[in-house]
Amino acid sequence: MKRLLKGGRVVDPANGRDGVFDVLIDGDRIVRVGRDLPVEADVIVVEVPSGLVVCPGLIDMHVHLREPGQEHKETIATGTAAAVAGGFTAVACMPNTHPVNDNAGVTEYILKKAAEANLARVYPIGAVSRGQDGEQLADIAELRQAGCVALSDDGRPVATALLMRRALEYAGMFKMPVIEHCEDPSLKAGGVAHEGYHASTLGLHGIPGEAESIMALRDISLAELTGGCVHIAHMSARQTLDAVRYGKTRGARVTCEVTPHHLVLTDEMLVSPIPYDTNVKMNPPLRASEDRDAMLAGLADGSVDVIATDHAPHHYDEKHVEFDRASFGITGLETAVSLCLDRLVHAGVISLARLIELLSVNPAKILGVAGGSLAAGAPADVTILAPDLAVTVSVARMRSKAKNTPFDGWQLRGGVAATLVGGRVVYEGVGSLLQFLPPAL
Amino acid sequence: MKKDLLGIAELSSEEIYLILDTAEAMREIGQRPIKKVPTLRGKTVVNLFFEPSTRTRTSFEIAEKRLSADTLSIAVAASSVLKGETLVDTAMNIEAMSPDMIVVRHAASGACHLLSRICRSRIINAGDGMHEHPTQALLDAFTIREHKKRIDGLKVAIVGDLLHSRVLRSNVLLLTKLGAEVWVSGPRTLVPAGMERFGVRVSTSVEEAVADADVIMMLRIQQERMQGAFIPSLREYFTVFGMTAERVARAKPDVIIMHPGPMNRGVEIASEVADGPYSVILEQVANGVAVRMAVLYLLAGGQEGG
Repeated sequence: MKRLLKGGRVVDPANGRDGVFDVLIDGDRIVRVGRDLPVEADVIVVEVPSGLVVCPGLIDMHVHLREPGQEHKETIATGTAAAVAGGFTAVACMPNTHPVNDNAGVTEYILKKAAEANLARVYPIGAVSRGQDGEQLADIAELRQAGCVALSDDGRPVATALLMRRALEYAGMFKMPVIEHCEDPSLKAGGVAHEGYHASTLGLHGIPGEAESIMALRDISLAELTGGCVHIAHMSARQTLDAVRYGKTRGARVTCEVTPHHLVLTDEMLVSPIPYDTNVKMNPPLRASEDRDAMLAGLADGSVDVIATDHAPHHYDEKHVEFDRASFGITGLETAVSLCLDRLVHAGVISLARLIELLSVNPAKILGVAGGSLAAGAPADVTILAPDLAVTVSVARMRSKAKNTPFDGWQLRGGVAATLVGGRVVYEGVGSLLQFLPPAL
Repeated sequence: MKKDLLGIAELSSEEIYLILDTAEAMREIGQRPIKKVPTLRGKTVVNLFFEPSTRTRTSFEIAEKRLSADTLSIAVAASSVLKGETLVDTAMNIEAMSPDMIVVRHAASGACHLLSRICRSRIINAGDGMHEHPTQALLDAFTIREHKKRIDGLKVAIVGDLLHSRVLRSNVLLLTKLGAEVWVSGPRTLVPAGMERFGVRVSTSVEEAVADADVIMMLRIQQERMQGAFIPSLREYFTVFGMTAERVARAKPDVIIMHPGPMNRGVEIASEVADGPYSVILEQVANGVAVRMAVLYLLAGGQEGG
């Protein structure tokens, strides 16, 4: 089956396109992108209403799908349903499942569940160390063979400098980046919120930004030593961004990501509107406004490579407790696009093309996976954005099993009109006006 | 008054003065031969204590009984929590029996805020983690006012473990609201981040903090803090920050010395100071009952309740 997406604004930074183009899809591949492509007889023409944007499928390189082992929080089926509803055609899932994804058996299980769900593409991330316990390297070649695209002990840092060195050296042989959750455990010291005035007023133990930047500096130094690729996950502190810039100027192979919530929220949320709201408890914590502003500057000047959600679904019971006892993390897949369009693009922080780089081009590049491009021959993973759509965030309507988000009820400008994975329409927004099927005869 | 007393943060200075003035009247009840009024007759008050407490719980119990409330105290640490029940479920079970007020002490900061959102009963915070201990700050203010006839313009020095102290947070909020000049002092390792934004002067020199002070308020040093390497030893702490007669001599001649208890003699305070002529530590305890009676009375509806 051939489909022609006709007349939309195509934003495809990998191929230098930003303008009105037609996109011809045949089966699961993109065939051609050009102006006023001829309409052949066997082609379904999908008129793209003006105002919508056709871009390469978005890739969230940092999610927790919780399966196997924590299916009460999320499953691969519900997580990928949330992904496509949020405009993501692919996600990379962290290995901190039960059991940990540190062997081919778990990787294969994840890929089998993803194939059954048949929604977003799922790229498993394998553990750096066996059981993520920081002692011994996991069977990295085996993980690569089974389909893992990167390595991480996410949820905790790679325990020692020596193990990180070995991981970078060893993973380098298989062209796998090591994704690091930067956190010095001794400086974290049981903290639950950003160390600063707001946590102090509430009597919450603080985590200074340096808990993150100290570990980032270690890893950047080791990337230089080994020539390996380190990717700094969910960067939150301005000191860490400085460390990344320092590493990049020295030629270290370091990249980094920031979550939408660290770009939009600050630690003032601890106090207001709801004091001690466990839906603003995440790790790393929401930082001070100076940190948030630094992250925004990093997006604009190119220092930040990726926006990733750190989608961290939790059950209601795990959040309906004292702040100290609540699980860290919030969901992100279904709010990321609206937050980014509203707070970054419409607010004038970055261009739409830059947003697509952050959400699609760069994640594909860092993970070494297909996507991030609408070139002829590329997989037909396409996201159609509705940048001016008025969106009211509603947890009741979310596909994710989890409801832990501080954004419920937020009114935002910008949303998702449709998501295509391998040429299949896997999500269509209500009222998108897109007619993917031929009109009934 | 709002539905609950969660902290000093939620009180206006008018409300604070209303509580202090009401406590004056309540204290008189405690001086009668028959120390009981029918004000809260038919009201049920549950003291729900998730942390051990002698002073605060006894004080609340006496206050409740003097107002004729039906009252019971539950030490939860020993019962439900061990069976895995959540704070919310424990509270909802108590709530199902329709108490009018629940007095809560809990180790987690914000526990009372959580209960406030789910309970119809009025919640009174009797100390939540490192956050607030509002009735302590109110009884401290009552004691200060009794001696100094005012709070506005006084220099108050608070010395000790600032980081972990809910008494500090409530007192700083209250005293700055009422116009006192507040100095805080303690080891740099025990000063909360952003302390200067609380509207206080921070000094690691206890001598500077207590100079010309009208009030010196000591905070307890907990033994277990040494394991976190906050201070090298209790002995060294006493050398650098302990309230000795020499240090007290730097304050105003009519300075009063306060301590929320329980005291560590020879750690944060020398016995000669604790038992000396400037000490109002036991008056604080006595005033606690009157202040808590005032809080219970006002939350129960004040005049209408009476």
